[in-house]
Amino acid sequence: MANISSPVSEPHAEPSVMARALKEGFFAGLVSLGLFCLFVGVETYQNINNELVWRMRWGLLAVFVGVAAVGRFVNVAFIRPALDKRKLAKAKSGILDVSEDKGFFHRHFLKIALIALLIYPPVSVMLRGVQGSLLLVDNFGIQILIYVMLAWGLNIVVGLAGLLDLGYVAFYAVGAYSYALLSTHFGLSFWVLLPLAGIFAALWGIVLGFPVLRLRGDYLAIVTLAFGEIIRLVLINWTEVTKGTFGISGIAKASIFGIWSFDVGSPSNFAKSFGLPMSSAYYKIFLFYVILLLCMLTAYVTIRLRRMPIGRAWEALREDEIACRSLGINTVTTKLTAFATGAMFGGFAGSFFAARQGFVSPESFVFIESAVILAIVVLGGMGSLTGIAIAAVVMVGGTELLREMNFLKVVFGPDFTPELYRMLIFGLAMVVVMLFKPRGFVGSRAPSAFLHKAKNVSGSFTKEGHG
Amino acid sequence: MVTGTATTMSKDPILKVEHLSMRFGGLMAINDFSFEATRGEITALIGPNGAGKTTVFNCITGFYKPTMGMITMRQKGGKEFLLERLPDFEITKRAKVARTFQNIRLFSGLTVLENLLVAQHNALMRASGYTILGLFGFPAYRKASLASIELAKYWLDKASLTDRADDPAGDLPYGAQRRLEIARAMCTQPELLCLDEPAAGLNPRESLALNTLLRDIRTDTGTSILLIEHDMSVVMEISDHVVVLEYGQKISDGNPQFVQNDPKVIAAYLGVEDDEVDEVIAEVEEVAATVGHGTGSTGERP
Amino acid sequence: MVYFVQQLVNGLTLGSIYGMIAIGYTMVYGIIGMINFAHGDIFMLGSFAALIVFLILTTLFAGIPVVLALLVMMIVAMLLAGLWNWTIERIAYRPLRGSFRLAPLITAIGMSIALSNFIQVVQGPRNKPIPPLVNSNYQVLGISISLKQIVIIVVTAVLLTIFWYIVNKTPLGRAQRATEQDRKMAALLGIDVDRTISITFIMGAALAAVAGTMYLMYYGVAVFTDGFIPGVKAFTAAVLGGIGSLPGAVLGGILIGLIESLWSAYFSIAYKDVATFVILAVVLIFKPTGILGRPEVEKV
Repeated sequence: MANISSPVSEPHAEPSVMARALKEGFFAGLVSLGLFCLFVGVETYQNINNELVWRMRWGLLAVFVGVAAVGRFVNVAFIRPALDKRKLAKAKSGILDVSEDKGFFHRHFLKIALIALLIYPPVSVMLRGVQGSLLLVDNFGIQILIYVMLAWGLNIVVGLAGLLDLGYVAFYAVGAYSYALLSTHFGLSFWVLLPLAGIFAALWGIVLGFPVLRLRGDYLAIVTLAFGEIIRLVLINWTEVTKGTFGISGIAKASIFGIWSFDVGSPSNFAKSFGLPMSSAYYKIFLFYVILLLCMLTAYVTIRLRRMPIGRAWEALREDEIACRSLGINTVTTKLTAFATGAMFGGFAGSFFAARQGFVSPESFVFIESAVILAIVVLGGMGSLTGIAIAAVVMVGGTELLREMNFLKVVFGPDFTPELYRMLIFGLAMVVVMLFKPRGFVGSRAPSAFLHKAKNVSGSFTKEGHG
Repeated sequence: MVTGTATTMSKDPILKVEHLSMRFGGLMAINDFSFEATRGEITALIGPNGAGKTTVFNCITGFYKPTMGMITMRQKGGKEFLLERLPDFEITKRAKVARTFQNIRLFSGLTVLENLLVAQHNALMRASGYTILGLFGFPAYRKASLASIELAKYWLDKASLTDRADDPAGDLPYGAQRRLEIARAMCTQPELLCLDEPAAGLNPRESLALNTLLRDIRTDTGTSILLIEHDMSVVMEISDHVVVLEYGQKISDGNPQFVQNDPKVIAAYLGVEDDEVDEVIAEVEEVAATVGHGTGSTGERP
Repeated sequence: MVYFVQQLVNGLTLGSIYGMIAIGYTMVYGIIGMINFAHGDIFMLGSFAALIVFLILTTLFAGIPVVLALLVMMIVAMLLAGLWNWTIERIAYRPLRGSFRLAPLITAIGMSIALSNFIQVVQGPRNKPIPPLVNSNYQVLGISISLKQIVIIVVTAVLLTIFWYIVNKTPLGRAQRATEQDRKMAALLGIDVDRTISITFIMGAALAAVAGTMYLMYYGVAVFTDGFIPGVKAFTAAVLGGIGSLPGAVLGGILIGLIESLWSAYFSIAYKDVATFVILAVVLIFKPTGILGRPEVEKV
């Protein structure tokens, strides 16, 4: 229950509330019976003759309907009245719970976060041993940071400039394939190809952006989605170059600026040079710091750009395009720079991704990736770097965590694969977070300049762009 | 043409609109409209609702491309721009014409100060070496950045918004939003400022503050002003020259006194049938004669 | 020539399905201005409902006439899809109406992910094949037309007529059009806006469910990922035809069906989707509001 310690006894729990709760609970049960009767109530499977047959799952259906009915009942009868009462009490007390002085943790949040990230790999090694740290550093650390970087990159386009881009993954793919192809064909190193991949992605951003940036709102969204799909389909079908769905494997690893390498056979192998036992964990720890560095670069550039005329023009564009034009701002080039800058970071992330996996295939660049990245940007709070990082940790880390929840097998039996529920929960989480925080985790916007005192702008004033 | 309408030729026009026509499908919104605005003066464009005033503005500031006609902007140095040929943002950037909107268009999620800084985009872009140099913190950009804040402060002070500089623009009361929009337009450092109904919806006190601001703009910066206005008290008090538009055509042009007494204008505002115009003219002249005032038939400005 | 006409028929069949899905996108977009990303998955749900009903019917009532079976499948699918879309609108979209524009888009994407994975969890990830329902073929002037194709085209034509009647001639349609024009004003004039929007969602879902049933009948297989590609193509169709315009959605659907089948026939199957998307981009660049879309007047 939300508020057990409420000092007020429950004078409002009149029969009418109960009656309504019962009625609504019954209704919810009825609706869910309708929703689930076929999909949950009937199981379809193939028998030995490969024919599709069916059988009823009464028990499971009953559970679904029961949960819906009881849940609705409890919500209407207890949770909602309690929430209302708390809101009322708060309104009566007249105290706004917005305190100006923040705690130590709050004030130094960024520094603490950065230090935590810097010591994360050594701490993982200490906790789990060299080999055991792989999971923590790679699956959680690197995976989350890649999404942080991608989301920060897309944030420039969607969060700052207010341009809805549903095909961001295309630039990620351009970066990844630039690295994969140039490294396998010309043997160029990671540190040469990283900036090149960024530049290629930015160029693609300009090439794709130029014809479509005149479009407004949802038209832009569908065209960017289409471009994302076009790039993926070309990667699948242009087999001579991209090897199609097989993908490109054996991509060279990144090295520590050419001094130490992570190739097992190389004389300058990192582990050998330092007399450490051979392990792939060192490479992952190195990559962790690389992606951390790339994230810091993205954050630094974003923060700097926001305080410069171009960044302010992006935000102004999001607020009102016509007003921008009336102030002499060339909206086409402004949009293009936003598109290209965002694409560039996508390209960086892509080349990093290729170096990390050693393998790229079109599978990694499907629409759902674009949707996930966009969701992280919006869930985090458009424009807020901190909020987006939190959203990436919650959404990506949370679903990665689900992969590891093997103890659930004890509860649900050995056939239970938590991974199956990963995307289902991810999708539902997107809905739930949006319902409770439509403006994302961090809804307010920090001003880029101030005269007397920097005051955050409440989310109710900022607009979300329509172009 | 009805007698009494005087076409004024000014010695130093900043803006010359010649034979402007704008057609929307079958509707002729503006029909062969010509007028001039003199440098350093406040010119008012008035007319009943739907007369086409905002359309004229949109043609001048490039949001519409006129069907026909020529709009010439002459800057201080004598440099001329044909506005109908420039894209909208270049009209502000190069021709130095700034505007405000009838239904205020502020960047409501940006602070008041930020709104004024966005307006200095082009100057700051140049100073920041188109972002590249600024990204690495070159001193030239830092200096320009400080200068831009100084300019913003100046206009904040003029618009009496200094106290609210760090609040979101969307949080300001209506009158303050109007002033901010004008201050923002002034931050583009225009030679001609076009205001679309700046006094609409203001209470008398705010209206007064607006008049002061507009007069300050004219006297302190020498910026010429072209404004659309319904509020006759504003028009008559501050404008040097009034142009009257009805059904897309000019019906009167002259100094405020002249226009105020122009029978055609009175007829237009009172909504008289066309065939009754002459009657009204006769009536007005009669009244004028008895009171002993001239009708200002020369229309020349002092 | 025969080959060409053959492809035309194939394209028209496919286009009918896209068109029916596209109407759902276009109506929802028209009335509340949001891209209902989950609509493709509603289509998939409809297809699954039809599949399950088919299995139940053929085992419980062996020998049931095909027409009757199809009709029952269609009706159950329409009802279920309508109920699903109604519930989704109530839970995930209505609370966000009037807030931040991207919020409902994100919940819609979330719903789309959740729905397809829900079906994967409860019905399994594998393809679900069914034996062919109707498989007679007719030869007309050397062109082979299957009964399936005729059914699809006829059903689409009949439903669109009914649909056109509802939107243009009934008070409900008037309420929809009024809400689309100006929601606040419609509410002031006594139109129950929430109800109108709910009905719009139900209608769109019902059409998608019919499309799903037809899709199942045409290809004889259903799988949980079915929602995405037809969904994106139908949305593309809606945009191509001019989003918000009902005839535009149908026209766009048919165009996309034709492009797809003709491109596959004469150029390469591999690049048929690329062709679709490129044509979409090109059309939008030259006519930013789609083929039948109302030109957007920029209000200054």
